[in-house]
Amino acid sequence: MSDTKTAPEAQARKIPAPAVTIESKPFWDAAAEGRFLIKRCNGCGKAHWYPRAICPICFSDDTVWEESPGEGVIYAHSVMRRSPTGPFAIGYVTLDEGPAVLTNFVDCDLDALAIGQRVKVKFQETENGPPVPVFSPV
Amino acid sequence: MSIKGKAYIMGAYEHPLRDAPDKSTPQIHAECAKGALEDAGLTKDDIDGYFCAGDAPGFGGMSMIDYMGLRNVRHMDSTETGGSSYILHVGHAAQAIAEGKCKVALITLAGRPRQNQFGGFGGGARPGKLTDGPPEAGFENIYGGTTHNTYAMCAARHMYEYGTTSEQLAWIKVAASHHAQWNEHAMLRDVVTVEDVLNSPMISDPLHRLDCCVVSDGGGALIVTSPEIARSLNRPMVKVIGAGESPKGPMGGHDLDLTHSGALWSGPIAFEEAGVKPSDMKYASIYDSFTITVLMQLEDLGFCAKGEGGKFVADGNLISGVGKLPFNTDGGGLCNNHPTNRGGITKVIEAVRQLRGEAHPKVQVPNCDLAIAHGTGGSLGTRHGSATLIMERE
Repeated sequence: MSDTKTAPEAQARKIPAPAVTIESKPFWDAAAEGRFLIKRCNGCGKAHWYPRAICPICFSDDTVWEESPGEGVIYAHSVMRRSPTGPFAIGYVTLDEGPAVLTNFVDCDLDALAIGQRVKVKFQETENGPPVPVFSPV
Repeated sequence: MSIKGKAYIMGAYEHPLRDAPDKSTPQIHAECAKGALEDAGLTKDDIDGYFCAGDAPGFGGMSMIDYMGLRNVRHMDSTETGGSSYILHVGHAAQAIAEGKCKVALITLAGRPRQNQFGGFGGGARPGKLTDGPPEAGFENIYGGTTHNTYAMCAARHMYEYGTTSEQLAWIKVAASHHAQWNEHAMLRDVVTVEDVLNSPMISDPLHRLDCCVVSDGGGALIVTSPEIARSLNRPMVKVIGAGESPKGPMGGHDLDLTHSGALWSGPIAFEEAGVKPSDMKYASIYDSFTITVLMQLEDLGFCAKGEGGKFVADGNLISGVGKLPFNTDGGGLCNNHPTNRGGITKVIEAVRQLRGEAHPKVQVPNCDLAIAHGTGGSLGTRHGSATLIMERE
C-alpha cells in the first residue's frame, strides 16, 4: 500500500455486472453492441441521465432513446487510493448533450486527470453482465 | 392543534395494470404520481411533500424523489407499517400541512410481485436476469463509489471553484480534536495539527485519512415531550423552535452542483421558523462525516458566504473558547464516534448538552441559549437528505 501518489496505471478494479431492470434493458442491450444511449424527452426537448421512462425535468412520459457520441468534460473526480485492487478514478462527466454521468476513468494516467478535461465513452467488460460505460481522455 | 379540517385529499389515481412485466417498480410509482397529479390538476413542481414506505426502492424517499425529479420537496416521510403505511401517511401529511411544513403532499405505492422471477426488491445485479431495485443502481453502483470518493469529488470541485485548500479543511479536524481530548469516550483523543492531517495517508484525493470520520459501534436516543410533561420533569428544558428538511440529488443530471448541499434549503426553513439567524447561534453541531461535509454545510446554512468556508474554518474558528463558532464539542464524528455510520443523533445529543450547560467544562459554551444541529444522510456526491434543527434553552 502506498501513501503517496501512484504511478500511472490503468484501473485494475474489475467492474461487477450492473443491475438491469426492464426499464433500463434497452440501454444495456445497446451497450452490448458498443452503442451509448441516453434518453431525451419529446416534451421539453432535454436529455437526462440516468435514463428514465418518465422525464425527471418535465414529467412527460414521451421519452425516447438516442445514440450519443458519449463525449464531454470531467466535472469532478477522485482517485481512490485505498482499494484492494489498486487505485481507480471515479467522477462525473458532463456530456455535450447536458446531463452529468457518474463513471470511472480508465486507460489513462490517473494523476493527470483534470476538471474540464475532454473525455469520451468506451465500454468495459463486466463479470457476467453487459459491458458498462467508462470514459478515457480524448 | 388538530388536523381536523386542515387538509384535503384532492388527487387520487389507481394504476390500471394487474400484471406489469414491461415496467419497473420506480416507473409505476412515477406513473401513479403522474396520474394523481393530473387528477388534481397540479404539476410535479407543486409537490413539496413526499411520502413513501418500504415498497419504494432505495433508502427513504431519496431514490424516488431523484427519479421523479421532485425539485421542491421540503418534507419527507418514509414511515413503514406494511400495508397500512399509506393510510398513516395521509394522517402524517395532514399534520405536516396543518403545521405549514408542506402544502402539496404526494403519497405513492407500487410493486410487481407477479414478476418475482426477476428478483424482488434490492439493487443487486443478477447476471443474465432482470432486477427491480433502486433505479440508479445499475448506472451507479458499478463504479466503486463509496462515501470517501463521492465526498472527495465534492471537495475536489469545491477546491476547483473556490480555491479551498487541504490546509483549510484540516482546520476542521484540528478543531474536533481539540474538543475530543476532553471526552473520555472519544475514539481519537490526541490533539492533531494541520500538518498531521496533511501528512496522513491519502484515502481518496483530496481527502486524507484524518479528513474522514471514525467508524464506531454504539448508538443514541432522544425523548421529545409535550410542554406540559417537559415542565413536570426536573431537567433543563431544551425547546425545539425550528426544523427544516430537504432532499438533493442529480435529478436527471442537469445543473449538477457538488459544491452545494440540501442545507441550502433546509437551513433557511428552520431559521425562519425559529425567528433567528445563523449569527445568533452560540453552538453548532454540524454533521462531520468528512471535513468537506462541515465546510459545505456551514456555507449553505449561511454562517459564511458560499466559497468562504475555507477562510471561515481556518485558524481555530470552530474551537470552543477560541473561535467564533464552537462546533461538535464532543469531538464529533471526526474524533468521537459515528454509530452505525449515522451521525445525526449524536449531533442533537451534544447540542442538548450545550444548551443544558452539561457539556465538558473545557468545551462548554458560556450562556449557551441557542444551538443548531444539522446533518445530511446519503452522499453529498450523489443524493442525500438534509435536516436542520434549531433549539433554545428555556
